[in-house]
Amino acid sequence: MALTKAAMAERLFAELGLNKREAKEMVDQFFEEVRQALEKGDQVKLSGFGNFDLRNKSERPGRNPKTGEEIPITARRVVTFRPGQKLRARVEEYAGNNDS
Amino acid sequence: MTKSELIETLAAKQVQLTYKDIDSSVKMLLEHMSDALESGERIEIRGFGSFSLHYRPPRTGRNPKTGDPVSLPAKYVPHFKPGKELRDRVNAAAAAK
Repeated sequence: MALTKAAMAERLFAELGLNKREAKEMVDQFFEEVRQALEKGDQVKLSGFGNFDLRNKSERPGRNPKTGEEIPITARRVVTFRPGQKLRARVEEYAGNNDS
Repeated sequence: MTKSELIETLAAKQVQLTYKDIDSSVKMLLEHMSDALESGERIEIRGFGSFSLHYRPPRTGRNPKTGDPVSLPAKYVPHFKPGKELRDRVNAAAAAK
């Protein structure tokens, strides 16, 4: 089972006492603010969790995997996530046997 | 944008909630997400992206000072895959400039 916005809102409702609507809006707004910052070209640094960085990629040659036809991959800006030290350390020892 | 700037921005927009509620909410959200990943659970946020763990097999590294080999155990690292809406918005904004 994956963690979803619904479960996050449920946690804010149960632990902080926000009402259900406030909790849902809070979760929506949180992700929306991160998106807006990135859209503006702003890096997002959430200490203890990680950084969302932006990288500008120049055009490069690509191929349609189905037809083998050569088509250029246009220049674009992409989001990358760099987990922070704390999150890395917490996740490192996960010894689960699923390959998530 | 830092975590505290994010909290400030949310506080400016959320009129009904107190600053303290927003501060606690942001911290609780990040802790919930970290907890999920720590227990091997994926995170899926439609329009934003998904977080999962990637396996790194054991390898022999080197002590950069002495050059001595050190065996490094297998581990997991957090991985983020941006969702379509996030990809499209970031790229459209960059292309428009």
